[in-house]
Amino acid sequence: MACNGSGCQSGSCYKDEDATCNQPIKSEETDSTNPTNVCIKCKLNDAVSGYGGIDDGRFCADCFKVNLFGKFRFAVTSNAMITPTDKVLVAFSGGSSSRVALQFVHDMQERAQRNFDASRDRSLPVFGVGVVFIDEGAVLSIPSSEMEEAVEVVREVVSSLVPPRKELHVVPIETVYSSDSGDGKERLIKVMDTVSDTTGREDMLICLRMLALQKVASECGYNRIVLGSCISRIACHVISATVKGQGYSLPADIQYVDARWEVPVVLPLRDCFAQEINMLCHLDGLKTVKLSTGPCSSINGLVSSFVSLLQEENPSRESTIVRTAGKLTPFQFNRIPEIIDGNVPLATRRRQKRYNLKSNESVSSESFCPLCNSPLNKSEIVDWSNMDSHRSSDNFYNTCCSSCQFQILPSDSTSMEQFYMDLPKSIVGRAKQASNGNLSLLREQIQDFLLSDGEDEK
Amino acid sequence: MEGEGEGERERKRGGRVCCVCNEARASVKRPKTLQHMCRNCFFHAFESEIHQLILNNSLFSPGERVAIGASGGKDSTVLAYVLSKLNRLHNYGLHLFLLSVDEGITGYRDDSLQTVHRNHLQYQLPLQVVSYKDLYGWTMDQIVDVIGFKNNCTFCGVFRRQALDRGAALLKVDKLVTGHNADDIAETVLLNLLRGDVARLSRCTSITTGIYSPNAYRGFAREFIKDLERIRPRAILDIIKSGENFRISTTTKMPEQGTCQRCGYISSQKWCKACVLLDGLNRGLPKLGIGRSRGSVGSENGNGSKVEKSIQGKQCGTLDF
Repeated sequence: MACNGSGCQSGSCYKDEDATCNQPIKSEETDSTNPTNVCIKCKLNDAVSGYGGIDDGRFCADCFKVNLFGKFRFAVTSNAMITPTDKVLVAFSGGSSSRVALQFVHDMQERAQRNFDASRDRSLPVFGVGVVFIDEGAVLSIPSSEMEEAVEVVREVVSSLVPPRKELHVVPIETVYSSDSGDGKERLIKVMDTVSDTTGREDMLICLRMLALQKVASECGYNRIVLGSCISRIACHVISATVKGQGYSLPADIQYVDARWEVPVVLPLRDCFAQEINMLCHLDGLKTVKLSTGPCSSINGLVSSFVSLLQEENPSRESTIVRTAGKLTPFQFNRIPEIIDGNVPLATRRRQKRYNLKSNESVSSESFCPLCNSPLNKSEIVDWSNMDSHRSSDNFYNTCCSSCQFQILPSDSTSMEQFYMDLPKSIVGRAKQASNGNLSLLREQIQDFLLSDGEDEK
Repeated sequence: MEGEGEGERERKRGGRVCCVCNEARASVKRPKTLQHMCRNCFFHAFESEIHQLILNNSLFSPGERVAIGASGGKDSTVLAYVLSKLNRLHNYGLHLFLLSVDEGITGYRDDSLQTVHRNHLQYQLPLQVVSYKDLYGWTMDQIVDVIGFKNNCTFCGVFRRQALDRGAALLKVDKLVTGHNADDIAETVLLNLLRGDVARLSRCTSITTGIYSPNAYRGFAREFIKDLERIRPRAILDIIKSGENFRISTTTKMPEQGTCQRCGYISSQKWCKACVLLDGLNRGLPKLGIGRSRGSVGSENGNGSKVEKSIQGKQCGTLDF
């Protein structure tokens, strides 16, 4: 479960856009059959169709683009996703969703730069933008030449988005092991091979991908990660998380902001349909790459074909799903923390407006699955006092959410031990932290009855 | 020696031994746990789980009159069997009744009603059959004559749910149990997600609630669930688990439960669905109440619901820019 639980979901959006984003784009020829169709907004140009949703065929190309960018910008500003002092890292997979996210972030940065150049007091700095591409060649069976080509396209795209210049980080997925000694790549392959469930493998990769993104972001001083998850992908996540029994943690993954990570993750394309995104790429000739992946027999694949089937039958189905799931109570970490640092200029702090947040209602959660980082339900939180096993691999197993236990972790204790040994340190560290956290909490509760060293001496 | 040989052959054939009693040959692989179990152990496990569920949720109290919704299908037959057995075994002290609905579809209910009749004799449970003809003055056959083969599911579904309740009132029972199984509930969770029904989403996993959903739509999700089950049998229970763990935000506006002004049945609208449909039938406007457009019938009713809808749209539409 949990794998999808948290960042994974966002991760999934970032990388495999194949299934949802492949809905065919009808060419503009289709609306030539209806020549009287004029854009309902500007009433000048001919409307185009093929971008799906209820507005399909109502706007001309320009108004459509303005609309789509408007959705993005509204999501960014109303949730305080990007403020002038920020340095954001855009996760770019080469797919259309993250390509559009990158384009929009660039447009916004360009605008901020123009305003900065024109303003007299220059009180609002321009936010920084970096781009990261995660090379998953180690775990996906993709010919290396194809991966090289993809990286080449990514470089080309990023270097074309100037000014302002953006730094590109091309990072192999095994970077999650970089702080460990020994050969990370081999251990990574071993870990992935231990996972027998197809869906579990995909979700495990999503966890690792988020880990890699976090690592790059924190090492290079970024304070936001932008993912290109669109509404279609989020709708798929709602259904697949439900199917995996992750009903409790689901709301954590589908909000605009997910700040449970060291570096908060934001989803500014949460209101855009995959078809709209594809349309924009088509209209603006935005270059994308798609890595060839084999046939998908996982639950994620099944769900995404089911959802696209439903979307065909009813063009607002995906948004209905996401809005329904939006009625579930989010968690406390689903918002950008308020800037309280006095060193941040007042002008920037004032910029942090959030008129769309219902801050009064949220669930606080202190325990997270060490593997997928999804918040744990009360029934899933282990009681450490009852933990009879002293093997750390068994303890790790018990701290994971039930979905990870089922679909990722090996069930027999010997392979579990091996699996545990091969996990990246950062994941193992998370589990240890959790257990220590519980211990310190326990200690706090009995503090009054403990004799301190000083008292002892007396 | 012969016996040994046979045992070996059995193992070679792939015939496994029950993992509970380790004696008898396993005859089922239980989807819930993936355990190989023999017939008796499976029965025992199944029955004791239901017993536990009844105890844990305190579904019944002694002396209550309980009607079992019996369709003649396997779900309700199993339910009737298990419940009557548990009642005897654990002394629940329940008075059990079988309650059947006769829609009046020629050649459809006849067989299943016979099955119910057999159950009635076999488990010695009193049987009550309520028919659409008696309750509404229309048999399903007559309705189909008027409305055609499309959309008649709506009538059947709405009428059946009420028919069960009215039959239950006739028998003066305290509780009505139905044989909805895990698959049905999982499907309902999904359907409610798909069509944005927050109110139902929050109560569809509660144990005693009856469920109604238009049939055509159900079939769609049913196929998906069958596919899911093929990949991962446990998925169905996981969906229910998810449904149980959904925490609906308290700021969400829920439709209020009221009573139908016409028949007194629970309804979120002025008139309950059955009354709207019946009214349409009797006035010769059978399409009334089907689909989105609420026509002029019970015109206040139509307006009322529209107003409510627009208010709701504003309140919940915060994510809809």
